[in-house]
Amino acid sequence: MKENTIDHSTAAATFNKDVERVNWHDETLWFVRSKRDKSAHAIPEWETLRETASNIKFNVLSNMHHYLQEFEAKAKENGIIVHWAADGEEHNKIVHSIIAKHGVTQMVKSKSMLTEECHLNEYLADNGIEVIDSDLGEFIVQLRKEPPSHIVLPAIHLKKEDVSNTFNEHLGTEKGNNDPQYLTEAARKELRDTFLTRKVALTGVNFAVAETGEFVVCTNEGNADMGAHLADVHIACMGFEKLVPQRKHLGVFLRLLARSATGQPITTFSSHFKKPREGQEMHIVIVDNGRSTQLGREEFRNSLKCIRCGACMNTCPVYRRSGGHSYHNAVAGPIGSILAPNLNMKKNADLPFASTLCGSCTNVCPVKIDIHDQLYKWRQVLVKEGYTPTSKTVAMKGMSAVLANPTVFKIAGKAGRFVVKNMPFIVNNSMNVWYKQREMPAAPEESFREWYAKKQKESKDKK
Amino acid sequence: MSSRDSILNKIKNNQPSSVNELPDLSVLGLEKFDVIETYKTVLKGIGGFCEEVSSLDEVKAYIAAHYPTDKRMITTISELADIAETEWTNDDPHSLQNVELAVIKAHLGVAENSGLWVTDAILGQRVSPFITQYLAIIVNKNDIVPTMQQAYERISNLDYGFGTFIAGPSKTADIEQSLVLGAHGARGLTVFLMG
Ligand code: SF4
Repeated sequence: MKENTIDHSTAAATFNKDVERVNWHDETLWFVRSKRDKSAHAIPEWETLRETASNIKFNVLSNMHHYLQEFEAKAKENGIIVHWAADGEEHNKIVHSIIAKHGVTQMVKSKSMLTEECHLNEYLADNGIEVIDSDLGEFIVQLRKEPPSHIVLPAIHLKKEDVSNTFNEHLGTEKGNNDPQYLTEAARKELRDTFLTRKVALTGVNFAVAETGEFVVCTNEGNADMGAHLADVHIACMGFEKLVPQRKHLGVFLRLLARSATGQPITTFSSHFKKPREGQEMHIVIVDNGRSTQLGREEFRNSLKCIRCGACMNTCPVYRRSGGHSYHNAVAGPIGSILAPNLNMKKNADLPFASTLCGSCTNVCPVKIDIHDQLYKWRQVLVKEGYTPTSKTVAMKGMSAVLANPTVFKIAGKAGRFVVKNMPFIVNNSMNVWYKQREMPAAPEESFREWYAKKQKESKDKK
Repeated sequence: MSSRDSILNKIKNNQPSSVNELPDLSVLGLEKFDVIETYKTVLKGIGGFCEEVSSLDEVKAYIAAHYPTDKRMITTISELADIAETEWTNDDPHSLQNVELAVIKAHLGVAENSGLWVTDAILGQRVSPFITQYLAIIVNKNDIVPTMQQAYERISNLDYGFGTFIAGPSKTADIEQSLVLGAHGARGLTVFLMG
């Protein structure tokens, strides 16, 4: 899981070699998207909910400085120890110091994309701490030494045969038994033992309430709760944008989150942690890691409204056909492609281009982030800053030169048709990304422009 | 400067110069529907069972008929002491690992998603609804509200250390999107609608 800098289109090309599998991946995610639609359409006030959620988040972004301090004060009053981390490294150090203080070498962790973003597992492993991911999907990818390919469905890129083979190798399940029920039961047994023996549990945070100092963790499996309620120490890690002003605002977000994510009316468990249980130690690590910079980028600020539902990925035609791993970033898909360049423009310059700008993401986003507009804006920023991936720059420079000059446009059209017809290998090369996985249409004998001119002439001749 | 102060400073400098107003929530949760029917339909849809009962005796009879009474059962309801243990709330939470059935009460239920709100005050132990193999929750019909909007109006600013909405049994679809009940938490949930 070390830095992977194979660019998106190259990784997507590899992913696309297995046609059957790509089609399956595409359909599986579309199925999740359809469930979201069904669920959303059953709520007559859905659009009002989205609008309200969006406005609550706008309020949070505009008053973040105040809310964070309010949250910190309340959490402390509730007996929670609050830490602040400027970046991923500081976050990892804080978590490690808490574990070390308790003299243990093992920890159980429920889903937290933030810890993926900070590469916590690798850091702790290097420091002799074993981490077990307890969300089933994350457990599977962890055994396979892969990162999650989706923020909500970490193992969505795998088929049950893959899981069966992985479990056969690591848990000793029957070879060739691909029954999801059987495989889940095997993981349940294995992880139950983990929950019962770990002294430290780490969870993510879905929402944190400034007014009360409590935080909410949503799971379907109950793994966050199994870990946290059995451990002596509970560490919860959150990006600071997880705040909502008041407890009552949770209602709006909990109505939207699971419906947008998987089409469920709500996750099985929406757990509100306000105070440690008697004898337990509870920590919150509030992480910046580039978020305050993004807050200052007026055009991209809205990306911090994200509640990580994954709907924009499920609907994205590029994500569905390229897979989460091709985005080489903890958060993949359309929203990941907006967040990533903020962290590292050079490394992630390819991501805002991994989109058709069709706008489907924007249409499904429960907090109404203008996702496709932001992708478009990033392209402009990246080109200006000189970070564009080479193939895109050549193509775009060529494109703008052609479009700017009608004569060149005419000649380019003629030349293009000639090339497609007589020298297809020139078009079918690595500089023309559009040709990948697509049949170029047969070149027409004459262009529209030529046809139109001829018709004009013919009709003139008739007169 | 500490990370805390430098983060807060940077946020102060970078956040918008004026505060966006908070929206009005009273425009939400106005949908009209049959609350109890919706509750039952949604619960069934997410894999839970619903039993309408009018007394705790009916609850007892149902449990005796549907659960292996020779296995460990716990409850926080003193009237059920003859069928389940009540003296476990101060034990080490790990000692609950062999519980087959936990029977608890909920403060309220939500029709739109079948969630049941429970807190420290009625859980006995935080881990009880998760560690048990099966879970049964009793809720008064009058305490079913239409949407999360009304649920939070009811919860208001009540104090609790821990609270959770439980909607159906623990589940996962992480293996090829096939739904499997009983991931890490309870494998089954029966809701007794009392009224
Ligand atoms: S950007 Fe919107 S749709 Fe995408 S994950 Fe975030 S909240 Fe969900």
